[in-house]
Amino acid sequence: MALTGDQVRWVAHLARLELTEEEFQLFTGQLTRIVDFIDQLQQLNTEGVEPLAHALPIHNVFRPDEPAPSLSVDEALANAPARKGDFYSVPAVLD
Amino acid sequence: MQLIERTAAELRALMAQGEVNAVQITEAFLQAIRAREPQVQAFLHVDESDALAQATAIDQKRKHGWQLGPLAGIPVAIKDVLCTKGQVTTCGSRILENFVPPYDAHVITRLREADAVLIGKTNMDEFAMGSSTENSAFKTTRNPWDLERIPGGSSGGSAAAVAACEAPLAVGSDTGGSIRQPASLCGIVGMKPTYGRVSRFGLVAFASSLDQIGPFSHDVTDCALLLEVIAGHDKRDSTSVYRPVPPYSRTVNTPVKPLTIGLPREFFDEGLDPEVNACVQEALKVYRGLGANIKEVSLPHSRYAVAVYYIVATAEASSNLARYDGVHYGYRAPDFDSMIHMYSRSRGLGFGKEVKRRIMLGTYALSSGYYDAYYLKALKVRRLIKEDFDRAFAECDVLMGPTSPTPAFRVGEKAENPLAMYLSDIYTISCNLAGIAGISIPCGFTKAGLPVGLQILAGPFEEEKLLRVARMHEAQTDWHLRRPRL
Repeated sequence: MALTGDQVRWVAHLARLELTEEEFQLFTGQLTRIVDFIDQLQQLNTEGVEPLAHALPIHNVFRPDEPAPSLSVDEALANAPARKGDFYSVPAVLD
Repeated sequence: MQLIERTAAELRALMAQGEVNAVQITEAFLQAIRAREPQVQAFLHVDESDALAQATAIDQKRKHGWQLGPLAGIPVAIKDVLCTKGQVTTCGSRILENFVPPYDAHVITRLREADAVLIGKTNMDEFAMGSSTENSAFKTTRNPWDLERIPGGSSGGSAAAVAACEAPLAVGSDTGGSIRQPASLCGIVGMKPTYGRVSRFGLVAFASSLDQIGPFSHDVTDCALLLEVIAGHDKRDSTSVYRPVPPYSRTVNTPVKPLTIGLPREFFDEGLDPEVNACVQEALKVYRGLGANIKEVSLPHSRYAVAVYYIVATAEASSNLARYDGVHYGYRAPDFDSMIHMYSRSRGLGFGKEVKRRIMLGTYALSSGYYDAYYLKALKVRRLIKEDFDRAFAECDVLMGPTSPTPAFRVGEKAENPLAMYLSDIYTISCNLAGIAGISIPCGFTKAGLPVGLQILAGPFEEEKLLRVARMHEAQTDWHLRRPRL
């Protein structure tokens, strides 16, 4: 199934990826071929098969909720691209 | 034999005998790195003075008669996907080019406690996405056996560092073959432990239900030694399992008898290079000579493994990599019109092509209207793949086959064709989907002098058996003693 240009633009939007025109062209072709390849799964009858999300037979893992030291504000903010005081700085979300 | 060509076990014995100390060993490997890196390019960062300071501290400990860890004074190279406190950890990506983690990964803590010398961070495909290390944002690592060829990937830097004798041990991560395939192509030993055997805390996440950390070494004994150090429960990774860690290095020389080996017929299908097959057949002869019972088995759903993988792994990646938003850490683009535009531009400029391709694919597979057809379908087939293994392990101790369908390919050969690149992991991927353990060991060379690896797979938490079976072959052959001429 060929992916349309609109689909590829929509997916890029969902994924928050700004693509160049060259990347857009390249990915449209490549993703179509990859999706064609993975479409082989549709041949297989999986009726009644339980999905397997991961291989271990463990599900919820609980531990006591005990307070413990965590990173200091300075350590947590050390890699921030922009900082104001004790906060991450981002462009205005609301006017 | 030069010092740098020795195994970790040999270096440990030399140090215990007082023949050499940790500083001398570290200096020898640093010198090898200086001499060979211009050709091999396995490392992204090497801090010589830090490595020597670690070695000096270990020599002091020894001098004072203090208790030493099992890897005392042994240099270990670290794939740059593992967080090292205070040292840049890039994951091979521009988006993390300046990221300095505020903590150590669990595996790094374990290595420090074992008194290993962390000698440097190795190159990798960006976010561990690739099979050749060509997707690194920084450099292309070369195969030490043929510098025109790729070392495999995504842990290509770690594999090349060990093969080139720039470090006796290395750590990598394996999501679909990223330890076993480069080990195979570089002529060394590489293991993917069972999912849950090694804590993933501090491992930069790619596909969380598939990622597992594991060792690289020249031989099986060293693999056992390193696994013993890094394996075990960690409360910071809820998927790491409460289970004692067997003393792998003490049992590795005990052969498994009787031994039943299964050969999945799907691993010997068309597409397998005849020279690779010939080397694998030679290895099977060795096992037959040791009295093993060898029988054909079938993993009928393994033909779907690559398709399942490229849905599950990309879906998980698209979710995991959503954290790179230009807010908390990582790259932020300089110009943007709005908050959303800041995200999309930072990600568009910060990620390389393969990462973007996979985020797109995963986002597509999870998007409204496609979730059932792709993601849910893939999880169902994943169960069928796992059940194939359950049936095979009910009648066999281990499964064997080639690790990679071909020897190392040329730099650039598959760079423009992602699907061809994906298919180079055709024999390694199903192991991650089923969460079982797998190892690649050297089993010969092609006429052109390229290494070939034998893949051995065992059931969940059967690493001990896996290592013993691998060692049986190694004890009868000398492939693990070969070193490339550099």
